[in-house]
Amino acid sequence: MTMEVEPEGKNVMCLLTDPEGTPLGNSVYLPQNTGPQHLQQIVNQLLNNEDKLPYAFYISDQELLESLGKYSEKNKISVEKVLKIVYQPQAIFRIRPVHRCSATIAGHNEAVLSVAFSPDGRQLASGSGDTTVRLWDLGTQTPLYTCTGHKNWVLCIAWSPDGKHLVSGSKAGELQCWDPQTGKPSGNPLIGHKKWITGISWEPVHLNSPCRRFVSASKDGDARIWDVTLRKSVICLSGHTLAVTCVKWGGDGVIYTGSQDCTIKVWETTQGKLIRELKGHGHWVNSLALSTEYVLRTGAFDHTCKQYSSPEEMKKVALERYNKMKGNAPERLVSGSDDFTMFLWEPFVSKHPKTRMTGHQQLVNHVYFSPDGQWIASASFDRSVKLWNGTTGKFVAAFRGHVGPVYQISWSADSRLLLSGSKDSTLKVWDIRTRKLKQDLPGHADEVYAVDWSPDGEKVVSGGKDRVLKLWMG
Amino acid sequence: MPQGDYIELHRKRYGYRPDHFERKRKKEARLVHKRSETAQKALGIKGKMFAKKRYAEKALMKKTLAMHEESSTRRKVDDDVHEGAVPAYLLDRDNTTRAKILNNTIKQKRKEKAGKWEVPLPKVRPVAEDERCLKFLDLENARVTKQWKRMVTKATFVGPGFTRKPPKYERFIRPSGLRFTKAHVTHPELKCTFNLEIIGVKKNPNGQMYTSLGVLTKGTIIEVNVSELGLVTPAGKVVWGKYAQVTNNPENDGCVNAVLLV
Repeated sequence: MTMEVEPEGKNVMCLLTDPEGTPLGNSVYLPQNTGPQHLQQIVNQLLNNEDKLPYAFYISDQELLESLGKYSEKNKISVEKVLKIVYQPQAIFRIRPVHRCSATIAGHNEAVLSVAFSPDGRQLASGSGDTTVRLWDLGTQTPLYTCTGHKNWVLCIAWSPDGKHLVSGSKAGELQCWDPQTGKPSGNPLIGHKKWITGISWEPVHLNSPCRRFVSASKDGDARIWDVTLRKSVICLSGHTLAVTCVKWGGDGVIYTGSQDCTIKVWETTQGKLIRELKGHGHWVNSLALSTEYVLRTGAFDHTCKQYSSPEEMKKVALERYNKMKGNAPERLVSGSDDFTMFLWEPFVSKHPKTRMTGHQQLVNHVYFSPDGQWIASASFDRSVKLWNGTTGKFVAAFRGHVGPVYQISWSADSRLLLSGSKDSTLKVWDIRTRKLKQDLPGHADEVYAVDWSPDGEKVVSGGKDRVLKLWMG
Repeated sequence: MPQGDYIELHRKRYGYRPDHFERKRKKEARLVHKRSETAQKALGIKGKMFAKKRYAEKALMKKTLAMHEESSTRRKVDDDVHEGAVPAYLLDRDNTTRAKILNNTIKQKRKEKAGKWEVPLPKVRPVAEDERCLKFLDLENARVTKQWKRMVTKATFVGPGFTRKPPKYERFIRPSGLRFTKAHVTHPELKCTFNLEIIGVKKNPNGQMYTSLGVLTKGTIIEVNVSELGLVTPAGKVVWGKYAQVTNNPENDGCVNAVLLV
């Protein structure tokens, strides 16, 4: 068929759309030798971008890597139909994959249970089973402060999005706020939870700056909103009948909690009223992720490492970043569960799930949206990491290679690489574009419990049962 | 017909009298007063016995109440810090299978420099004469001393892929009653024992011939399948074969006991 017409003279009818399906201009005839570079120019022109941004193009969920003519020849696309091309903006920076372990820092006397980089990527904290929180000096790769004060294992830590506070929750149920500059506790422990803390999430900086409030989830079935300035629990969100496993503070000022009673509840934050209950899972909900999570975590900080002087400025920039990231689509929520499935929700649109994502053969332990919201990654105890489309929830690829359950995953800031830590004592870096293993990072002597990729992309940190903290670099 | 049954029968036919339940309630309500009156009035041994009974009842009731009451004081049990910290997402998972899975850190403390393996039993005996070897191989009976066919009277390991040679060429017979495929392997640092499959005989101290025949004697080094213990190498690959040394005389005991060489 292609032989009948001269290849040069043939055009393909194309319609460019954004990931949500909104068309960009009318459908246009493009010559067959149009490649991704040309399409990129066209999109930049049509969107009136001042700086030329990189884009990736997808035709029916497959990335377009060659010219349109070659593509249609290969896939037997009819010339008479309008070819729908989805353009996805790419990060304008590129993060180098990590290759080597740059430092193994001993210090904790028990397993490292959680690690977290500060939103600007300049500080690092870890919580451990030896009841301490430690702050690490990234320049010299040595221990900086040891924060003692907890009575039991430090299960989770969270940085405020402005980087001024660090909160840790322990197995004894108390929370402690630390000053990351001095490593001293700011005030007495916050007591209120009756059982251990399972998750902490800060109020986004674009809603309230400087950061004051955060929410904690506990095994006792409650979530509590705390104020670090008042040093007390402001609101108690009770309603779950079993342990709350995961909590997220959404960008629109609502709190999402996932629980072992198989429900996800949505709360508003001024009075702590229950707005919505999302039902669907058949077993515990293990993990929640928001499409805007990464931008909420990093707040105003981006890859340029810019510092902000006033909270107002920070709030403005953070709001800008948030709106840019969110676009005009509603916030999406994905939940991973013990029933081996995940659900994609749009809690503001409907209380029914948008898609059910099946495929894992064991429980899903961790789900995470890529920083640009385009992908969802899920870590499961079936030893695989799976990649899903972030808008539609369609299955994209499975990353196999781990020989033990995968515990935690983390995205690089440019959404091009994915890191996974597993029980088999290794970390693995996966390439999203080629959908292959990019780098295998052996080195831990035992299970890896926590991983984090710093927001500036320079470093990766991991901690596990072998009690050491490992820093990995490009 | 027993006298009491007339009442039953009457009730069956005509039902309860209209004030039955009212009377019953009242009687029950009066009972406590009545009992207290008895308790106050009873004298002597009778009084003592009654008081003791009432005391036991009351104590039991108080105990039950306390049990059902929500404790206001926080329990101290949770507060002491335990060994073996796990992250929040693993806290609620049942750890029954954990007992079987070895701690990788302990396992990985290899003493590579000290030699390939550090044997708990006396070092491998160097003698490997064919004479000794033949001595152990028992002759079938005295009459056929000159026969070239030998039966191995020791416990042996025969691989799963083994097929017998044609009888004409079969010099050694390994009786199936003395064959073993599994060994009880003890981890010396964890002090726990696993029943593991034997993969092969690595070295028999009595000689090369024993090794090739797969004879299991005390001190033999065998390779066992440890894949179900969930060990991984530092590079993240599953370890599935590890060496172990036999610590008993399998032909006497009817089982193979071994100790894992780490």
